[in-house]
Amino acid sequence: MTKKLIFIVFLLLAAWLSWTLWSTPPASSTTRKLVLTGSSTVAPLAAEIGRRFETLHPDVRVDVQTGGSSRGVNDARAGLADIGMASRALKTSEEDLYSFTIALDGISIIVNRSNPAAALSRQQIIEIYTGAITNWREVGGRDAPITVVNKAEGHSTLELFLHHFGLQNRAVKPQVIIGDNQQGIKTVAGNPNAIGYVSIGSAEYEAGHGTPIKLLPLEGVQASVENVRNGSFPLARPLNLVTQSEPAGIVRDFIEFARSEQVRELVEAQYFVPLAR
Amino acid sequence: MNWSKLNTLFPSRADQPLLWLLRLCALTAATVVLLILTFLVIESRPALRDVGIARFFGDRSWHPTEGEYNFMPMLSGTVYCSLGALLLAVPSGIAAALFSRWYAPASVAGLFRRLIELLAGIPSVVYGLWGLTTLAPLIGRLHAPGTSLLAGILILALMILPTIALTADAALAAVPQAYLRGAAALGLSRWGMISGVALPATRSGIATGILLAAARAMGETMAVLMVCGNVVQYPDSLFDPVRTLTANIALEMAYAMGDHRAALFVSGLALMLLMLAMVGAAGLLSRGRRYA
Repeated sequence: MTKKLIFIVFLLLAAWLSWTLWSTPPASSTTRKLVLTGSSTVAPLAAEIGRRFETLHPDVRVDVQTGGSSRGVNDARAGLADIGMASRALKTSEEDLYSFTIALDGISIIVNRSNPAAALSRQQIIEIYTGAITNWREVGGRDAPITVVNKAEGHSTLELFLHHFGLQNRAVKPQVIIGDNQQGIKTVAGNPNAIGYVSIGSAEYEAGHGTPIKLLPLEGVQASVENVRNGSFPLARPLNLVTQSEPAGIVRDFIEFARSEQVRELVEAQYFVPLAR
Repeated sequence: MNWSKLNTLFPSRADQPLLWLLRLCALTAATVVLLILTFLVIESRPALRDVGIARFFGDRSWHPTEGEYNFMPMLSGTVYCSLGALLLAVPSGIAAALFSRWYAPASVAGLFRRLIELLAGIPSVVYGLWGLTTLAPLIGRLHAPGTSLLAGILILALMILPTIALTADAALAAVPQAYLRGAAALGLSRWGMISGVALPATRSGIATGILLAAARAMGETMAVLMVCGNVVQYPDSLFDPVRTLTANIALEMAYAMGDHRAALFVSGLALMLLMLAMVGAAGLLSRGRRYA
């Protein structure tokens, strides 16, 4: 008897579960949809900001789609998206659009803290990454082979790095390929002869919390969040929201929200650099 | 006593709901596998159509953002890592099972079995973290850069060893006492009994364990991603970095678009077919003669 009871309860539970899974909550007729398209670098941050924006504005749905910075700019111009996302400054041909910087993205070259090499020139970095220089002795370090750490294809840090140094990814001769920043930092921290590059925010945080890595200056400028923010660090770029016309209504609210102090920790959680206040 | 309850050929009325529930469960499991396969085929179709299957084997290298899609180096990476791990883990796993079953004193055997079970319960990312921060630098001291095929093989061997040891142990425990008593009555030595009676009798159980372990080795992602170095190439030695198919999907999927994304699904499909081929081969092998 009890077994039968348990069985019936189980059946009811299963029925309830499947009912909740199949049925969708009724859509409110007053819902306003905000569409953002563009850069895959900005998209995760925009999605986080959008989620928080939705809780403040229950009648708004924020829809974030990726497709590259150029798609973001084109969609904003054509009106296909309310807001375009671009991980670069607007080109001169795009100055009819409005752009709003929500955060900055910078990359630092990192080596192990025990590495005596103090700085590398642009040419030296290019030669190390293309395999022309393979020993630290050639650039003022100890006599040891260089372990080149590169990012996996598709990552925005890879894109920015290659673009800055004018490299093709197929020309790079890496010994280790990593996915995220943490893996890069752990690899360099564990290998005294490794060189890699990661987002400046995460590198500065880890170096300040005892991880044995060293941020190398670039073109004479110290690699720090501060120097990215004041624009003096060369390996950096702005993350922009782009609109076709002077933003108004909900679009203006979203952009103001994305630039406000309220999303600062969301920006930092993605290892981007928040704007100066 | 109602004897019809023991009749297993004709399910009684009381069995009917259970029967349908079990049928539902079996159907769900089968449907999920088929759905996954269908999903993989649908998602990889754009790449199969636009890129063509031949280029996945014939291109110069894997640079999907530059339009080159050769994933053979990664397929070989998967195969090398798994085979190497099996080579290490199969003998040591079986040896561990034999030790705890017939050679260790009872108290040690119990403790040993608990330890192996603990080893099986450690999450793969912990193995990966340990490999990245401890094992890879150690290998690096021997031969730079440390993150290498060897590191991957060692980590994977450690991960699949408990699977092999525990399934072999369970299979050995199930050998009928009569077989062992028979062996004892014939005056066989302990090793004679193990090699002549126990191991042949548990052949299919141990093979199942090895199959499970091989599947885990091929499917493992996180730990391998952290210790293998992930350079797309055919390794010349154990110290060269390699990238496996699973690591490739994990590394690139979050950022991939268009044909690149579809190409990653193709590599997932290839992995699934490899797995199917392996299960099929194991099925054929275990059809041979069997003692128990």
